[in-house]
Amino acid sequence: MNITEKILARASGKDKVAPDDVVFAKVDKAMIHDVSGPGVIKVFDKLQKQGINTDKLWDSSRVWVAEDHFVPSAEKVSAENIVKLQNFTKNYGIEKHFKYGMGQYGICHTLSHEEAMVLPGEVYVGGDSHTNTTGALGAFACGLGHTDVAYVLLNGEIWFKVPETVLFKLNGKLPEHVMAKDLILKIIGDIGTDGGAYRTMQFAGTGISEMTVEERLTLTNMTTEAGAKNGIIEPDQKVLDYLTERGATNMNPIYGDDDAQYDETFEYEASEMEPTVAKPFSPENVAVVREAPSVELDKAYIGSCTGAKMVDLEAAAKILKGRTVKIRTEILPAAISIYKKAMEKGLIKIFLDAGVTVGPPTCGACCGAHMGVLAKDEICISTTNRNFPGRMGHVDSQTYLASPLVAAASAVTGKITDPRDLN
Amino acid sequence: MKGNVIKYERDNIDTDVIIPGTYLKIHDYTELATHAMEGLDPDFHKKVKEGDFILAGKNFGCGSSREHAPIALSHSGIKAVIAVSFARIFYRNSVDGAFLLPIEVDEQTYKSISDGDELEIDTEKNSITNITKNESYLMKPFSEIIGKIIAAGGLFKFKPD
Repeated sequence: MNITEKILARASGKDKVAPDDVVFAKVDKAMIHDVSGPGVIKVFDKLQKQGINTDKLWDSSRVWVAEDHFVPSAEKVSAENIVKLQNFTKNYGIEKHFKYGMGQYGICHTLSHEEAMVLPGEVYVGGDSHTNTTGALGAFACGLGHTDVAYVLLNGEIWFKVPETVLFKLNGKLPEHVMAKDLILKIIGDIGTDGGAYRTMQFAGTGISEMTVEERLTLTNMTTEAGAKNGIIEPDQKVLDYLTERGATNMNPIYGDDDAQYDETFEYEASEMEPTVAKPFSPENVAVVREAPSVELDKAYIGSCTGAKMVDLEAAAKILKGRTVKIRTEILPAAISIYKKAMEKGLIKIFLDAGVTVGPPTCGACCGAHMGVLAKDEICISTTNRNFPGRMGHVDSQTYLASPLVAAASAVTGKITDPRDLN
Repeated sequence: MKGNVIKYERDNIDTDVIIPGTYLKIHDYTELATHAMEGLDPDFHKKVKEGDFILAGKNFGCGSSREHAPIALSHSGIKAVIAVSFARIFYRNSVDGAFLLPIEVDEQTYKSISDGDELEIDTEKNSITNITKNESYLMKPFSEIIGKIIAAGGLFKFKPD
């Protein structure tokens, strides 16, 4: 069995599982945020009307909560959702609730690794599609809707069809100007937005071993954009050290067997990778930066779970140090802990000196909700993960997805720019 | 189950066009329905009728896990989405929440059915009858677990063996 099969077998109490088996897996951790939380509360209300008991969660110590999509609240509906969420966690005795304006908070997927909320070998579900992110820690991490998460909160388990696994091997270390974002965009361009549908996307190879944990999280994050059920990487010492530094103890990592089966295998040579963008209006619509259209950009955005980790801010700072932005540029660290580290390392000053506006952690602009949405016909280069019509604002706005190196270089020139071509 | 088809000749109809991100804060199902398909077809909520079906190409519902997507369609009156394939979270949200039926058909069936056609879907026989064109097609049968959850009326009513 491969790592995903072994985790699902362990969680469903079976010696062996194979693709297409349906299992009820015990869940180790579950997450809700200020969009899926009120959605789950609504499901609970419906269940109560049907006479289903919702008085107690299966294990409130295994549930954690983030405020990320609609903070800071721009209007009263969002403000009321936060109050609703806080009442829910209070009523059900959930202690791990990361609140906006009270120390550490941030985007849920970022907190999952920054706060070591999820450990290797665990089954982790969240009420958000990018829950896949956390698979880079060696967990089975999968996004679900409100009904399914409500079911997990009450029963502690959920059904899964054991997925087939596609293995992506990266041979060699990525060149200096190329980041994990470029690789995953290249992969999505090759296999399409349904290329991983219903399957696991697993990453391996010397290039992955060389990669930092935070860069690996970019890969698993965007397996969602290929339709994958989960993204996963076998946890090495770097992962164990990363989590130990963040307070994790008692880790029980799971690894695939030597004779593990993969449905398909793709190999990539790191040395051949180039800075890459996904053009509007799909993450699969990729081009290498040097062949991207020469459009006049209106905005550069460095934010989100996939593009505002410490490694992303460091990349942006490398480009922006001593330079000035030519277009509206926003940088929003993905969690307060990252914001503080960026401050201590002098990154925030570099950004402000370059003319960038630095904002608080939020999903706001990435999903076109608030905090800097795009106007009609505006064009943005962004380190986020989706560029469907209207994703970041007006339905006639456009988003190019890119690495923080490319987004920062483009902020400096006002055009889509390969970081190697900056003066 | 009988209804008329609203056809979108597109693959990858994503959750951002089914229900744009700005409405994720809304949890009133009736209000969500007024914004269904807004990113692709702003007139959708005016033309959709109770019992209608949506027909589309590959990878319907890709993108976010927002249950708002099947909820907005279901509360607009849509009883089934017929597509060549579905994104996984949209598919399981539709079934587990008992909002609508996700029906998979082959490429040829997708091409044969036109906007406005009246269809009758029979999930027991896995057949779709096109009353307007006097044709019939096969739908892909539901997997065992999906069939059982649909028959139970959603995940909470389903009792695993």
